[in-house]
Amino acid sequence: MVPLSYYLVLGGILFACGVTGFLIKRNIITIFMSIELMLNGVNLSFVAFAAQWKALSGQVFVFFVMVVAAAEAAVGLAIIIAVYRTRETLNVDRVNLLKL
Amino acid sequence: MTPNLHLWLIPVLPLIGAAINGLLGRRFSRQTLTAVALTFCGAAFAMALWIAARFSALNLPHVEMLASWIRAGDFQADFAFYLDQLSLIMLLVVTGVGFVIHVYSVGYMWEEGGYYRFFSYLNLFMFFMLTLVLANNYLLMFIGWEGVGLASYLLIGFYFLRDSAASAGKKAFIVNRMGDFGFLIALFLLIKHFGSLNFEQVFQSVQPMRPETAGAGLLTAIGLLLMVGAAGKSAQLPLYVWLPDAMEGPTPVSALIHAATMVTGGVYMVARSHTIFERAPIALTVVAIVGTLTALFAATIGICQTDIKKVLAYSTISQLGYMFMACGVGAFSMGIFHLMTHAFFKGLLFLAAGSVIHAVGGEQDMRRMGGLRTKIPWTFWTMTAATFAIAGFPPFAGFFSKDAILWQAYSSPYGSWIYWLIGVFTAFLTSFYMFRQWFLTFFGEYRGAQEHGEHSAAHSQGHGGIHESPKIMLVPLVILAVLSVCGGWIGSQRFDRFLSPVFSATAPANPATPAPESKSEASSETVFTVISVGAALLGFLLAWQLYHRRPQLPQEIAHALGSFYQAVLNKYYVDELYAALFVKPLVDGSAKLLWHGIDEDMIDATLNNSAAGAREVSDTMRHMQSGNLRSYAGWIAAGAAVVIAYMVWMGTR
Repeated sequence: MVPLSYYLVLGGILFACGVTGFLIKRNIITIFMSIELMLNGVNLSFVAFAAQWKALSGQVFVFFVMVVAAAEAAVGLAIIIAVYRTRETLNVDRVNLLKL
Repeated sequence: MTPNLHLWLIPVLPLIGAAINGLLGRRFSRQTLTAVALTFCGAAFAMALWIAARFSALNLPHVEMLASWIRAGDFQADFAFYLDQLSLIMLLVVTGVGFVIHVYSVGYMWEEGGYYRFFSYLNLFMFFMLTLVLANNYLLMFIGWEGVGLASYLLIGFYFLRDSAASAGKKAFIVNRMGDFGFLIALFLLIKHFGSLNFEQVFQSVQPMRPETAGAGLLTAIGLLLMVGAAGKSAQLPLYVWLPDAMEGPTPVSALIHAATMVTGGVYMVARSHTIFERAPIALTVVAIVGTLTALFAATIGICQTDIKKVLAYSTISQLGYMFMACGVGAFSMGIFHLMTHAFFKGLLFLAAGSVIHAVGGEQDMRRMGGLRTKIPWTFWTMTAATFAIAGFPPFAGFFSKDAILWQAYSSPYGSWIYWLIGVFTAFLTSFYMFRQWFLTFFGEYRGAQEHGEHSAAHSQGHGGIHESPKIMLVPLVILAVLSVCGGWIGSQRFDRFLSPVFSATAPANPATPAPESKSEASSETVFTVISVGAALLGFLLAWQLYHRRPQLPQEIAHALGSFYQAVLNKYYVDELYAALFVKPLVDGSAKLLWHGIDEDMIDATLNNSAAGAREVSDTMRHMQSGNLRSYAGWIAAGAAVVIAYMVWMGTR
């Protein structure tokens, strides 16, 4: 059986990739995907723990996360399309109207 | 039973006058102001005369308790007044001369602005001066002492728009503070060791003490500190520098405060404390030496002054030196005698000088006077009386007192022939510079400008040219002239007997001091008298020779003397010396250390730097809040990383 720590390391790597992507990428869609990556890194550790301890609550949480992520993707993509229509760019540094 | 004398009225009456004129006087006419000022001052004089008239019926010393003031534990100081022969004489001199000078001021100041202010200050001065002489404890005396200093400051700076007058007032005030410092410490010592400032209590505690002949002790310290105070108030070395500058004030002020009354406060204080001084021979010697040196020193400066009032100022310092010399050899009554005659003739000299200044339209330089004898005869004759009096010609008042001082300086148990010799030489100098002034002012040709400018128009009420002063100024001159002539006829012996209840009763019982030896023979006293009159005569002849017969000679002599003459002309550079020694280090020190060092570099810098630090820190922080979403996320990630690292580290420990 694959030890728990392998899953956790993989989840950590995924999460770190997501954070890095979030921080260094300028394209909104890439940032969006980085967020998904972080969520999935967390999801992986959830299910790993659930399998380890034979408990269901971790897997239930993963479903919740996936549902929320799907809803978020629907709303987020709609916003992105709206932003692109008004500003004709997907560069987050240019989307700074609310900044003083 | 002693009748109630209402002594408290004497100082309070002028205070009421000062209050009325000072608070309401701006709206009064000059006539009302004059009436108020003269009424209250005259009432004080009348009360003094009334007390003097009942003198024989009084049980002296008379203490009048007015109100309790300070009671702290055993210490007690009250508003209480003390009348004995000494304060009676001071009372008469202060109120009498004061009243006469008030009258004179009416004429002198009539055309000046600030008339109400002037009389208010003058009455205020009378209040404080009378408090000083009537106080029954040192603390109340100190109030009067400070008060006359205040009045003096206000009146020196009366023409406060003139810069020199304002700074002369400040100078007088500050120099006097140095003296007061000594006076105050003396008072603290008295409280510490005798638990009281009351004259009677202090002197009772001091009386059984033995004279400190062996070495300096408590009484010597107190005596020396009191002398520091007296030197400040009475313009003795080394604190005399304020008095010549005080001549910036109006002339009646110079006459009243800086000649007749206030500056003699130091002499009065030393005489009042004679019980202490008699038991502190070292302090007494210091008093005598300071007095003698001051007399000589100021007289030499007086020779070269050309300002008519400055000559009189240095002459005043010199005469005060005589008074201290008398006190210093234990002849307190002679010091007071000279104080009294000096008040007459020096008051007169100043008033007459004021009359001369008035006559020539504000000119004070004697080199631009001359030949005024026939033009202002009243002023001339009264000033002549005063000049002969101060020079010490018999039978004028100054002769009796000065001769008595010189005799005591030689013959008293504390005396020495050195005091006498310097005293006689100073008498010669006094005579010389006073007659120099007399000849320069009244004889020879008139050397002033023929035309008087607008100044004379302001001063002489329309009619130009040299003119005699109005009657209201001449009457005081005549009164004081009569006193200058006759004031000494009481004789030093009788005066001494009159004051003996004050001074002799407390003489220390000291077998070590030899009784006054056979030095006091009548024949030798006559010889001394002849010598001092001879000195006066010599001064007269020299002045006559130099300033009347051969007026070019003084310049040649001055030329021959060269740098020494320059030194005397510049008052021995004492002002410059003090400026370099004390004023400049003080100003520089406070500028460098207190202003730049402490105020700017420490207090201000603390505030400014903490504000600048806060600004710099917040400037850095401000950039963190960029509004850029990803930088926030970065900070969150970094924070999370730190937390995780910490927890991992905690977990593995």
